[in-house]
Amino acid sequence: MIHYKTEEEIELIRLSSLLVGKTLAEVARHIKPGVKTIELDRIAETFIRDHHAVPGFKGYGGFPATLCISVNEVVVHGIPGNRELKDGDLVSVDCGVILNGFYGDSAYSFAVGEVSEEVRLLMDRTKESLYRGISAATAGKRTGDIGFEIQTYVESFGYSVVRDLVGHGLGRHLHEKPEVPNYGKRGVGTMLQPGLVICIEPMINLGGRSVVQEKDGWTIRTADNRPSAHYEHAIAIMNGKTEILSSFDEIEEVLKLNTQTKQ
Amino acid sequence: MAKQISIEQDGTVTESLGNAMFRVELENGHIITAHISGKMRMHYIKILPGDKVKLEMSPYDLSKGRIIFRYK
Repeated sequence: MIHYKTEEEIELIRLSSLLVGKTLAEVARHIKPGVKTIELDRIAETFIRDHHAVPGFKGYGGFPATLCISVNEVVVHGIPGNRELKDGDLVSVDCGVILNGFYGDSAYSFAVGEVSEEVRLLMDRTKESLYRGISAATAGKRTGDIGFEIQTYVESFGYSVVRDLVGHGLGRHLHEKPEVPNYGKRGVGTMLQPGLVICIEPMINLGGRSVVQEKDGWTIRTADNRPSAHYEHAIAIMNGKTEILSSFDEIEEVLKLNTQTKQ
Repeated sequence: MAKQISIEQDGTVTESLGNAMFRVELENGHIITAHISGKMRMHYIKILPGDKVKLEMSPYDLSKGRIIFRYK
């Protein structure tokens, strides 16, 4: 069953999602070569708890950490550990919180130091595909329209879309109906109606689309070990318009500051 | 966090457990208990040990499945 949210509920999800954006910005300040991913996880957990919220992923289906930190060939659901970030790594950080009973969920891919041109383009185009998907998500359209937009855009560059993982509805539960695949055909799937809150999250591989799950039961990495990028926004379908509930603004401000201090 | 979509797999029924439950051996050798889907029950599709079936599984609990198709 799909839960359509009232305007008050959408505002609460917006608050949760904005906190995720702030957490990711806080994490972005600490992303540099030599940092262990478990340290980033601790920073995020403290930050979330300081804001009177609860980490959304910790304990969800048995996931042991606050953040999903996925480095290079890991697509999503990477468990933070003792892996150190290196110059040239592509690290995607996915974060969720529970505030006032509602989940917020958002993800961003960061470049550690200087990344290769190939990876830089992958990141930019994945982000662009996310916004293209969002622009296709208006009331009256279907989930397939979103997938079609994303798929045609990224496949024109020779990238591939992960099929085994999809976007989802968001609300009192982290994963609600409907499923929002990042691939598809126009006019297929669930109809988007006012009050629907979904997460669109393209996971785009530089190489082939097949992924494998590691033995830890969570980590998903590409079968050919080539890098993969991942961005995620929570959006609300409203009468006549679509609103992005999460925000990358603060993350991008931090990134801008980082590059300025380097120069 | 991205959602994992349900996994579809084929298997062979090894034992009928009653209450529309079956023990199924998957192609990869795992043995799981599986329930027959409501739609198949509605249409009186009988399942016997030895039948080849299609299963739907959740990535979060790999010990259970749902039979969604019986091959002829």
